[in-house]
Amino acid sequence: MLRDDIYEYAVDHKHGETEGKKIRKKIYLVTIILSVITTVEVILGMYIKNDGSLTWQSIKTLFILLTVVKAGYIVMVFMHMNDEHRHLRKLILFSYYLFILDLTILLLHEGWVYGHVLQTYGAY
Amino acid sequence: MAELATSKIDTSENWNGGVSPFKVGYGKIMMWFFLLSDALTFGGFLVSLGFMRYSAQEAWPIGEETFNGLPFLGSGHPLFYVAFMTFLLILSSVTMVLAVEAGHRMDRKGVTKWLFATIIGGMIFVGSQAWEWSHFIHGTEFGRVELADGSLANVVEGPNGKLVFGEIKSFQVTEAGSEYKAGQLLTEKDLDLAHTWEHAVVAGHIHGNSIHLSDGSIATINKEKDQNVRLVIKKEGGKYERGQVIDGEDAIKQYYGAFNDGTPTKVTYGANMKTNEYGPKVYANLFFFITGFHGFHVSIGIILNIIIFINVLKGTYEKRNHYEMIEKSGLYWHFVDLVWVFVFTFFYLI
Repeated sequence: MLRDDIYEYAVDHKHGETEGKKIRKKIYLVTIILSVITTVEVILGMYIKNDGSLTWQSIKTLFILLTVVKAGYIVMVFMHMNDEHRHLRKLILFSYYLFILDLTILLLHEGWVYGHVLQTYGAY
Repeated sequence: MAELATSKIDTSENWNGGVSPFKVGYGKIMMWFFLLSDALTFGGFLVSLGFMRYSAQEAWPIGEETFNGLPFLGSGHPLFYVAFMTFLLILSSVTMVLAVEAGHRMDRKGVTKWLFATIIGGMIFVGSQAWEWSHFIHGTEFGRVELADGSLANVVEGPNGKLVFGEIKSFQVTEAGSEYKAGQLLTEKDLDLAHTWEHAVVAGHIHGNSIHLSDGSIATINKEKDQNVRLVIKKEGGKYERGQVIDGEDAIKQYYGAFNDGTPTKVTYGANMKTNEYGPKVYANLFFFITGFHGFHVSIGIILNIIIFINVLKGTYEKRNHYEMIEKSGLYWHFVDLVWVFVFTFFYLI
């Protein structure tokens, strides 16, 4: 029974057993995908040494890409972002990209520059 | 599922404005706004980690060298433990999403079962993190050594097999102090030998093969030989370049030569806010801050889930006729998992 002294929304967000089965199947599939990606990451991390070589650079890029893929699965499937209204999806994701992308680029570049300044002139 | 999430909401259920923005409940949209701001906070932390790494003047710690311990099994297991933690958090995320799904079917038994599993998973994760911190704080048996030329070196496994820190068998007292008599043989029963050794190394109480104990007595050290020691230069000094390796007898000579003339503070054991044996000081600061902040989030998530679990048992959501509360705490819990995915990559993998 609904209480009328408090406001509750989206109460009709329900599904039956048949659709539940389909959703569970998707959840298990995503679980397998996430586990496989993590296993690959751990194995690569164990065996490939950080020696600054080109191999390492490409593995590093691969790690970041795999992380973003994992994050995408978590947000889109586990957090149901894919099922939300497209405007909510854009509101949340684009706000995040807007801030984090330029922050990342700026600070990583500045870190690199600052490192060179320290190397050339030493710490004050 | 899509059409259900966006299906029309009865007008009596709308917000006061007359419409329900984005066709989601108030609590859920506010949870999303909170998660957006929290994601920016964590993003800021991780980006500052990147800044510090790019501007670092000494070698950044390597994940598989720094985190290679397992409970009860010691070191030599690179990334195993943190991989276990990652799987644990992913699995607890899966049980949470299964609880949300059960909630959509009004399946109270299913919600109870999966939510309980989520709480247990979260608790094991926080416990694992506590072990990981303790391991990081205590450090390795060798520590980081400052060589004679001022360069900083870490001890890693040499090319011929497993790295072994020679066991300290006993201390043979040669000069009596206030507690120990001359001729006494001190073993593990009398005092923690490895710990005493580390303190003596840091305090500069090692002279050749003798150790000055805290009560003023002097003892001879009976220690087995170290095996497969390799020194890797992490910060360049007068003689060695960064990344250079020293193997075999020379490595052992350089390592012990740094402190066995009684010079204090040549070796750093473990990490805290002031020193860090694994690399730059700021690495330890960021490690404690970011993983600590994440662990704090996990703890809060466990508390929220326990409150909701009690409500599920009491049948609160059955009375409300919907389990939207599970969705809200589910969003938070998945966010915690999401953050860990990034922490795992940036602290442990690259």
